[in-house]
Amino acid sequence: MTISLLYALVGVVLLGMGLYRLVIDPHLVKKILALNISGAGVFLFLVAVADRTPGFEPDPVPHAMVLTGIVVAVSATAVALGLVGRIREIKGTAEFSENEPE
Amino acid sequence: MNLNDFLGPLTLPAWIVSLPLVAAGLGVALPKIGRPAAVFTAFATSLLVVRLAGEVLRHGTIQLQVGGWPATLGIALQADGLSVVMLSMTCLIGGAVTLYAAGYFGADSAAISFWPLWLFLWAALNALFLSGDIFNLYVTLELLGLSAVSLVALSRSAEAPPAAMRYLLVSLIGSLSYLMGVALLYAAGGTLDLNALAAAGPHRPSISAAFALMAAGLVMKSALFPMHFWLPPAHANAPAPVSAALSALVVKGSFYILMRLWLTIFEPFINPATADLIGVMAAFAIVWGSIQALLAQRLKMLVAYSTVAQIGYIFLIFPLSSMPAATQTAWQGGLYFVFSHACAKAAVFLAAGNIVYSVGHDRISELNGIAQRLPVSMFAFALAGVSLIGLPPSGGFVAKWLYLNAALTTGQWWWTVLILGGGLLSTAYVFRFFSRAFSYTTETVGGRPVPWIMEWTAFVLAMCAVILGLTAPAVIKLFTAGQPF
Amino acid sequence: MFFDDWLPLMILLTSLLPGIVIFVLPEDRIRLRTGLNMGGATLKLVLIGVMLWGVRHGHVYETRLSILPNMDLILNADAMSAMMTALSGILWFLTTLYAIAYLETSPQSRSRFFGFFSLCVSSTIGIALAGNLITFLMFYEMLTLTTYPLVVHRGTPDSMRAGRIYIAYTIGGGAAFLVAVAWLKALVGSVAFTEGGMLAPFVDTYATQLRFIFMLMIAGLGVKAALVPLHGWLPNAMVAPAPVSALLHAVAVVKAGAFGIVRVVYDVFGIEFSAELGLLQPLAVVAAFTIVYGSVRALFQDELKKRLAFSTVSQVSYIVLGASILGPVATIGGIVHLVHQGLMKITLFFCAGNFAETLGVHHVSQMNGVGRRMPWSMAAFTLGALGMIGVPPLAGFISKWYLATGGLAAGQPWVIVILVASSLLNAAYFLPVIYRGWFQDAAESWPDKPAAGMPETHWMLLIPPLITALLALLAGVLADAPFSPLEWARLIAAREYQP
Repeated sequence: MTISLLYALVGVVLLGMGLYRLVIDPHLVKKILALNISGAGVFLFLVAVADRTPGFEPDPVPHAMVLTGIVVAVSATAVALGLVGRIREIKGTAEFSENEPE
Repeated sequence: MNLNDFLGPLTLPAWIVSLPLVAAGLGVALPKIGRPAAVFTAFATSLLVVRLAGEVLRHGTIQLQVGGWPATLGIALQADGLSVVMLSMTCLIGGAVTLYAAGYFGADSAAISFWPLWLFLWAALNALFLSGDIFNLYVTLELLGLSAVSLVALSRSAEAPPAAMRYLLVSLIGSLSYLMGVALLYAAGGTLDLNALAAAGPHRPSISAAFALMAAGLVMKSALFPMHFWLPPAHANAPAPVSAALSALVVKGSFYILMRLWLTIFEPFINPATADLIGVMAAFAIVWGSIQALLAQRLKMLVAYSTVAQIGYIFLIFPLSSMPAATQTAWQGGLYFVFSHACAKAAVFLAAGNIVYSVGHDRISELNGIAQRLPVSMFAFALAGVSLIGLPPSGGFVAKWLYLNAALTTGQWWWTVLILGGGLLSTAYVFRFFSRAFSYTTETVGGRPVPWIMEWTAFVLAMCAVILGLTAPAVIKLFTAGQPF
Repeated sequence: MFFDDWLPLMILLTSLLPGIVIFVLPEDRIRLRTGLNMGGATLKLVLIGVMLWGVRHGHVYETRLSILPNMDLILNADAMSAMMTALSGILWFLTTLYAIAYLETSPQSRSRFFGFFSLCVSSTIGIALAGNLITFLMFYEMLTLTTYPLVVHRGTPDSMRAGRIYIAYTIGGGAAFLVAVAWLKALVGSVAFTEGGMLAPFVDTYATQLRFIFMLMIAGLGVKAALVPLHGWLPNAMVAPAPVSALLHAVAVVKAGAFGIVRVVYDVFGIEFSAELGLLQPLAVVAAFTIVYGSVRALFQDELKKRLAFSTVSQVSYIVLGASILGPVATIGGIVHLVHQGLMKITLFFCAGNFAETLGVHHVSQMNGVGRRMPWSMAAFTLGALGMIGVPPLAGFISKWYLATGGLAAGQPWVIVILVASSLLNAAYFLPVIYRGWFQDAAESWPDKPAAGMPETHWMLLIPPLITALLALLAGVLADAPFSPLEWARLIAAREYQP
């Protein structure tokens, strides 16, 4: 098993773990954390993809994608946390279930 | 370097993307400038899009490598007939929403944040429709999602932040899924360019996985049943101009990407079963959305569920186009649905916004006789309702007719039943509100007067939905320029 | 030639453009609104006159607009459109006059009413001038949309309920018709109206599908034409103001349905082909049943407008009956009844409106002595009612005579039984009304009689029914004159049968 294949598999596992937690856990901050972990999984997968010609230099394009992805993830997390703060102000709690009625 | 290089046909796409971005930046730096910048951008972008449309009609697809960087490293922008139509739709609805918002937001703090966010959303849409590579699409998708969520959260109602949160989480899962698909496609094809990937080699299992992931993500973002649960609270609780933009434009963005992928990269790998699966989901969307609209207590909730149902109609494009005899007609019908629905739904949300502005609530049971107070808005609602139901003379009718043609020429009579049944259901929920609104009452309840610009933008959009019904051949000629199908 | 290409569209615009302007007029610009209304109506009549003259002399008027890929919007003037357009134009003119006076004291928005009124007539003209199924379909649905606000005009809970029922029926019917038209297009391509029909060549390939399409079309059209059991919306729609009932029953909605059935049978399928497919017999049975059922229900109605409503249900099916019997004589009977029934029924509704407005009389039981108080209206009513019964030399008699002889000629003598039964029933529910009006003394006190020399009610409420009653009389008496409805019907029928 090559390193890049290991990375790819770990990435997929992280993605799955994050998604699971995202759906199951009612606490919003935990959901955001879970989303970030899933994101990290995808980025790890991308890093693995960069190793397209083993033994030679890695492909820079997936690296660029990962960097962009990280920036996006950070902004998204910022927005999400801001929203959590607002929800906490209004509802007094930072928990909700996925299928809350309107 | 002369003016033509700067502003010539080849750089039009770059201008169309960057103008709203620059304006948004200005709006953040100098808050007072936000509103005039937005209005200027609306006009300027519309002119540019018209020019682009002319170029595409004359010369076919236009391609631009931004900054001269070659593919993979650089960003490729591409404009064919399909992009131009989506851009025109964005400009039309965007312009109307801009003018409406100018009247809607007073001097309160929400206004300061609204303009830059709205311009970011517009920039994201423009970039999305002009993108020629799959990673750029990811970036635009994220920008679109984040601005949309933030706009929803601008509302002062207590239900808005949870709705925005739900929307954000769904949006992010969708994008992540899409990004995973991008990674797989890049691994298989070695390039990010749409056209290059489309011309790529033989089928591999990773391509099916990529398709599944990307489709799943985009379906979530487009709120197709059963992934629609986030849409009604978000669209119903957002401020009126935001609701209009969300239902009319934002959900169409992810749908557009799915359409592009279907038409280019995944075209040789599509299983008829997949198309039928989408069809089944669309059928549920139409029925479920319409039933929920019938049961809704609030007007904006009714309209939001109507969006869920209409998205079902739009997704019928996939099963209907799967048989060769009907492909062209089905695509034309679906796109006509997209465009008419955008105009009609935006008009309806703006009209509903007028009601809320005037009487402070939108509980349907207490809106008897509202037509007397807001005749222009109600007329707009009526015209838009005609398009939503699919009666002539409206764009909705043309779309329905094209779909029926596609279904009947290929003998798929079950879609016919669904399309007609959906029309009857929409009649029911439109008239549910209608009969209350137009009943005659002598009680004069107090209410804020509504600025004329808010009423008339709703009306103009509704008229556009009707005019679309009369100009079908011209619009379809524009769709098919550059042969996207 | 410019004129030839655009005349049909111009006729349509004479009510569409004033209608749009009227919508935005402030409520108190009465003179301007009246001017626009009557001006548009007059101009329309002038253009229709030109068209009639032209069609008689062989001119071809056709407007073609590309509205869908592979499908054109066609407005053209053949003999049948000319007749229907003329009927619509004349009756609209009179109804506008009537409505202006009738709604003078109405609290609801008159600009809105007359705006939709004009749009409604434009839709009717569009239906009359339609040259292919898709154009017909579009204007047919637009008619539904423009008549709904008229039905619910008063905004009372009863009106809204009637409106909901109306929409439920008509949109459902529209959906059936839509799918039939789309299906037909999928099978055979273009669906233009052709005298004598155009579907005969497809008998071998598509016979069963064509039968289904026919049934769907009749179902969709039958809602507006009030064929039993699709007639439920009509009696409920009587809550609308009298001008609306007059328009709906004589000119616009029911006629559109009946006209559509005539078009489908003669100009899409062709009468001989329809007979070949075995479609005429079931249609005749439905028509006959409706004729009898409507008349029987009318007997039991005390409310005058409801009685007239069921009478309409019955009478419009004469047209369908004429269309479902093979043979030129029956065809003539059915087609000419389009005009005759329109004239007579609108007279009855105008008069009913007068009785309600001036005297507060809504029920037959209140009709005692009305003739003393309002002799002119009662006289017009009497003429209309006698025409409905089929008393010579009124128009109604002509239609029934042709239907009867047509039935005999086609070897269907049962038609005569139906016609006789129906006439007897008509007499049974109309004669008591007439008797009460003329020969019985008023039970309650009427509002004061106007001064001697003044008309019994506003002149604009009086002149229209008198004119239509007179026309009904002339259509019967002068039936053999050129330009009479009967002459036109003969002309049309001659072209529908293979020589």
